This record gives sequence, C-alpha cells and structure tokens, in this order.
Amino acid sequence: MQLIELKNVYKRYNNGVTALCDVNLTISKGEFVFIIGASGSGKSTLIKLLYRQERPTRGEVYVGGINVARLRNGKVYKLRRRLGVVFQDYKLLPKKTVYENVAFALEVYGLKNDEVRKRTIKALEQVGLKDKLRSYPSELSGGEQQRVSIARAIVNNPKVLICDEPTGNLDPSMSMEIMKVIESINIDLGTTIIMATHDEKIVNKMKKRVITIDKGMVVKDTMKGKYKDENI
Amino acid sequence: MKIFRKLKSNLSESFKGVFRNFSLSLASIFCITITLLLVGISIILSYNVNNFTREIEEDLTIVVFLDRGVNEEEINTLRNDISVLNNVKDIEFNSKNSIKEEMQKESEVFNSILSEYTDETNPLQDTFLVKVDDINHIGETADKIKRMEKVDVVKYGEGSVEELVKIFDIIKKITYVAVIALVVVTAFLIINTIKITIQSRSREIEIRRLVGASNAFIRQPFFFEGIILGFLGSIIPITICCYGYTYFYKRLGGQLFTAIIPLIKPSEIIYTLMLVLVCVGVVVGAFGSFIAVRKHLKV
Repeated sequence: MQLIELKNVYKRYNNGVTALCDVNLTISKGEFVFIIGASGSGKSTLIKLLYRQERPTRGEVYVGGINVARLRNGKVYKLRRRLGVVFQDYKLLPKKTVYENVAFALEVYGLKNDEVRKRTIKALEQVGLKDKLRSYPSELSGGEQQRVSIARAIVNNPKVLICDEPTGNLDPSMSMEIMKVIESINIDLGTTIIMATHDEKIVNKMKKRVITIDKGMVVKDTMKGKYKDENI
Repeated sequence: MKIFRKLKSNLSESFKGVFRNFSLSLASIFCITITLLLVGISIILSYNVNNFTREIEEDLTIVVFLDRGVNEEEINTLRNDISVLNNVKDIEFNSKNSIKEEMQKESEVFNSILSEYTDETNPLQDTFLVKVDDINHIGETADKIKRMEKVDVVKYGEGSVEELVKIFDIIKKITYVAVIALVVVTAFLIINTIKITIQSRSREIEIRRLVGASNAFIRQPFFFEGIILGFLGSIIPITICCYGYTYFYKRLGGQLFTAIIPLIKPSEIIYTLMLVLVCVGVVVGAFGSFIAVRKHLKV
C-alpha cells in the first residue's frame, strides 16, 4: 500500500462550500510533492485532511495505513505522532525557548531527559539552529522561527512532513533557505514531504512532483513539474 | 515509568500554569473563596436548624391520662400495649402521687391545697409520657392510644405541633436547596473562570494536539490546575467558617438568644465542614477544568 492514498474524496463544509471534489491521489514513501493552486482552490483543505484537521465528507484517506476519515477525535494523536506538520505562522509558544519548543513535541512520549535532549539537539542540528537553543521565538528572524517549527515537526522522526505554505510569511532569500532545510530532510532522513504553496519561484526551482488543484479537483499531476500560471 | 514521567511533567506544568497566569488564577481562587464561604455559612445554618428541630422534636411528648382508679395490673397491660405500637420510642409512667409531690415542691399554694388529699382521694390522674420516633405521625399514634381501654385523655399539643412540624420541614428544605444551589453556582463560576484561563492557552492546547498528545495527556495539567485552584480557594472559607463559628459559639455561650435555641458544638461540625468545603472546591475545580478544556480538544 502507498504511504498516502486518497480515494474519491469529497469535502463539503457546513456552510455549503464544496472544497474538494472526487480527489484521487497516491503518494509513495520518500517522495517530495508540491500541491499548488490559487487561494480557495482547496489545497489547504487537502492538507488539512491529511492530518485530520478536517474529515472528508465522502471517500477515504489513508495515511501510513490509518484510515483518517474514520479516525475518532480521541484517537487523532495516533496519526499525528506519525507525521510532522509545519504551518505558515510557525505556531511556536512565545514563552518557551527554542529548545523547549522542540522538546515539547517529545513530552508526550514520556522519554528520559537525556533521550529528549539527544533527539532535540539532533533535530535542531538538522535545521542549523544548534547555537540558538536558549533564544525565545521573538528574538529570532522569521526564517529561524520557521526552522524551529520544522525541527519540532521532525523531532519524533515522522514518516511524512506536511507543510502548509511554510514560506508564506518569508522573503525570497529566507524562503530558499527553508526549502534547502526541507530538501535536506527529504534526502537525509528519507522523510516524505508534502508541501502546499503558491510560491512560483520555489516550485520552478525545485523540480519536484507537482499536483495542481483547481476548484477542488486535481487538474494536473506532473513529475518535475513547473508552476505555469494560476488559471489552468 | 513512562506514565510517571508523563505525570511528573504534567504536575509541574500545572503548578507552573497556576503561577504563569497568576492574575487569572487569583480570580478563580477568589471566586471559589467567596462562593465556598457562602456554602460554608449555609451549611452551618442548616446544621443548626436541623439540630434545633431535632431537639424540639425530641421534647415533644404525648401525655396519656389514665382513668381514675386503674389498678397496677391494668397499668402494666396498658404500658405493654402502648410500647408495642409502631411509632413509640419510649414510654415512662408517672403516678399521680409522684405528680402530686412534684407539684407540692413547685409552689406553696399547691402544697397547701394538695396536702389536704390523701393518696386515695388524690384528684390527679396517673399518666404515661410517650415519646415517638416520627414526629409526623404523632397524631395517629395519639389516636390509637386514645382508643385503648382505661385511657381518659390524650394530649400532645395538637395543632401547634403540626404547625411546628410543617415549618421545620420547610426550613430544612430551604437550607438544603440553598446549599445545593450555591454549589451549582460555584461550579458554574469556576467553569467560567477556568474557561477564561484556558482561552488564553488555547494555542498551547492546539499545538499539543498537533504534536500528537492524547486528549487525556492534554487534560491532565488543567485537571490538576483545577484541583489546585479549588484547594487554594477553600483555605480561606475553611479558616473563616471554623474559627468564626467557634468564636461565635463561645461569644454567645452556646445558644442563640435563649436556651430554647441551642447551637451545635463547634467540635461536632467543623471537621465535616472542612471536609465538605475542600471536597466541593477540589471536585468543582477539577470538573470545571474538565468541561472548559473539552471545547478546545476538537482541533
């Protein structure tokens, strides 16, 4: 079975908006996938289905063998432990240091202190922030904050890293910096990357698989794809 | 071991939580304090009302006047007949001679009048003093006794007793309702204050959910925090109620206005009171946080 599989997925919100319409997708282990589309095209909804922020109205969503559509609210943590999520707004805790923010994700496993320390430092090394352990998020640049949140997402060695517009708040040079970090995670750790974005430059430069979504439907799925224009 | 490590981190987290949002914690504590104080006072009141009604009820007696000229045998059979009745708790015989002596002791006038009578000519009647188990059925019991042979008159303060019983019943019910209502209000206020506390930490809860914390794990620190708040909030009411009541009791000499209304000894009530207040605080705090977090666990 593929790592991620979507079969005939429909999503209709309570307000009547149909966000996704008959989406079929498979993503295998170790892939690097961009999901692109205009605002309101449904790419965010697609991403949210993967980490069970939203449930599909119809259809099936499998992530690492778990049927996300049928996952009860109380069992969501089982899915979330297998994947890391990175957001546009970083979602860091302002009153915790960089180290604490990353170690926070390991708290739930009840590991020994030195094990937590080892893994936290390793994750921060991977994103190149080993020398900022004691800083607070407010003392860091946007790019650095996003790297902290990436470190938090990978600290539990997830199979999949889901990024919802991770470069949305960053300037082009910082965006490239972040993309390098994400690519290195894909290559070094073999983590599958799924990234929603509308940053044309990044998509064109990385030359990865690109899935284009428009009006809730997958309109294009190309290897080494490019971001041609918004109105496909 | 894993469980203990998790528990430990969550416990320290909940202590930190209390102090990190100190102003809000203080608000919750204050709110618990005030309501528990009211709960404590109404508990003391209801205890005292109950005590007072019990005392009065215990004093209520059916007086059974026997026919003149009953012999000892008849008295004994009657005593047996009455004591096997359902509602009868206690029966005591008071012979006409002992009543006469009592009356003579009481006043000079009675003494001179009654001394003219011998034991045979004594105009008084032998009586039974009957106490009952259930004051609500005192009338029925009195009726039953009245229908027995050799019984002349039965008196138990008809009318006034029924009134008294009704009033006490109402007072009891009012105090119970007041206590329950106050506990519910407390719970509601605590839920609301903890909700505000948690609102400011909804981001933290959201992130915890996203990094794979189970709901139970997320709840724990808030749960403990609720318990800590409830406990801290119960300290002042306990101190005030216990010391206050003891002081009040001593100051009034153990009775309210007259000896008819005795107060409960502080030693009989304060330990229960402490326990009840701590329990209410802790349970309501824990319950409040439980309810308040629930909303945030759907992200």
